[in-house]
Amino acid sequence: MPAYRMQVFRGDGRGGEFTEYRVSVDPGMVVLDVIHRIQATQAPDLAVRWNCKAGKCGSCSAEINGKPRLMCMTRMDLFAEGEPISVAPIRGFPPIRDLVTDVSYNYVKAKQVPPLRIKPPEPDGTYRMMQEDIDRIQEFHKCIECFLCQDVCHVIRDHEENKRAFAGPRFFIKLAGLEMHPLDTVDRSAFVKDAAGVGLCNITKCCTEVCPENIHITDNAIIPLKERMADEFFDPVVWLLRRFRARKKQPA
Amino acid sequence: MFLDISTRRPADYIRKRLPSMYHQFMELAGVDITKEPMEVGPTCHYVMGGVRVEADTTQSTIKGLFAAGEVAGGMHGSNRLGGNSLSDLLVFGRRAGLYAALYAKDFGGTLAVDSGQVADATRAMLAPFERAAGGENPYSIQSDLQETMQTLVGIIRRESELVEAIKRIGLLKARARNVRVDGHRQYNPGWHTALDLESLLTVAECSAMAALERKESRGGHTRDDHPYTDDTWGKVNVVLRLKEGRVQVSREPLPEMPAELKALFQERK
Repeated sequence: MPAYRMQVFRGDGRGGEFTEYRVSVDPGMVVLDVIHRIQATQAPDLAVRWNCKAGKCGSCSAEINGKPRLMCMTRMDLFAEGEPISVAPIRGFPPIRDLVTDVSYNYVKAKQVPPLRIKPPEPDGTYRMMQEDIDRIQEFHKCIECFLCQDVCHVIRDHEENKRAFAGPRFFIKLAGLEMHPLDTVDRSAFVKDAAGVGLCNITKCCTEVCPENIHITDNAIIPLKERMADEFFDPVVWLLRRFRARKKQPA
Repeated sequence: MFLDISTRRPADYIRKRLPSMYHQFMELAGVDITKEPMEVGPTCHYVMGGVRVEADTTQSTIKGLFAAGEVAGGMHGSNRLGGNSLSDLLVFGRRAGLYAALYAKDFGGTLAVDSGQVADATRAMLAPFERAAGGENPYSIQSDLQETMQTLVGIIRRESELVEAIKRIGLLKARARNVRVDGHRQYNPGWHTALDLESLLTVAECSAMAALERKESRGGHTRDDHPYTDDTWGKVNVVLRLKEGRVQVSREPLPEMPAELKALFQERK
């Protein structure tokens, strides 16, 4: 007997509602498997974005019982038979249809990030980096761009108006990785402060909590960026030194 | 079948070198591969065959159609080695883009679009919406095709099973002509599956027919009834063409290896 009660959001940009499907579940199944079973047997037009089924492509983000998660990495044995399980699209982005949302905000932000520009090689033609400098940024490269951190970030989740001048956690780790890169030459300070708006983040750590790759987004990326901004723009000693230097440079 | 790395490598090494595998087994199965064996099973990983292309330009036998990556055949011989797909994509993806651009740039004259052909294609694509109730569910056909290919055209192949597979694929093709879907045209996966069936069935039929033709074992192709590698088969490709609505099989000689590459192979020996 079909025993699991899956309440799946059905609708489009104009609105929609949860539809309940009763599904039988085999051992080892994840939520995405159940969504596929619903497609194959009850609702062939149920829209969902997915690719790798292995937690590596970041396509199947959804809100399961209200929590942002990857459908392919959410085991059905987390839930009890008979209790309703809701599957909704990630709410931080405009809905397209059913579980599919328009995440193009992220691609717009991605294009704005000033890319890596590495310094020239050393006289012997090689580059030298310390292993610990590499280990530091390696964590950020684990990002699979599922945008769950962007979805859960309250700066933009219910504040469309903030999207213009706020890049979001995914791009703070991108920026941190570039800023901490031992060979990089670009100064992104003004970008991080103004266009990316790191100051709007008030470190509630929701992004870190939902990250399926367990990246320490707040501790290892956002806080160091905030500290750098504080040093650059708000440290009175640095400010004084700058004024002093600027005056000296002026012609007599 | 079980694979055990826990007895071969220290836990730190496994977590560092196989982070995804460690993570996936931990999260999805609660198995710690640094401590215990992992259960494994065969699956389709890569298709070595594909669209015939000219190596320098990646142009197929149809003028103006370029193919690169897994959809193109011939690059990896009978078995692709791990990691080689990425370099294939980088090299031949660039060539495909470059030569497609050159082709478009040098294209003289006007391009005549046959509006009747376009109308036919549109009609065929929308047909699954219009079929009467009682039509086939595309997912059932897809699932039956998967079952057929997994059991009959899998890792170890034999003539009787391949013949049976080709027969079943024929039946599935007939069922696919009666496929039906409901709903809208935006992000409708049932409709997409219905449209994909033709390609899925074509690739399945070509794989089974080529596997039946190649009476030897080589790379990813293992024939229970022809277990040895045969040098004469090493000199030919199995080519499949659509002629008068039917797939036809032929053997065609491989291009001779250029002298400079041959010399490299000689050195290695």
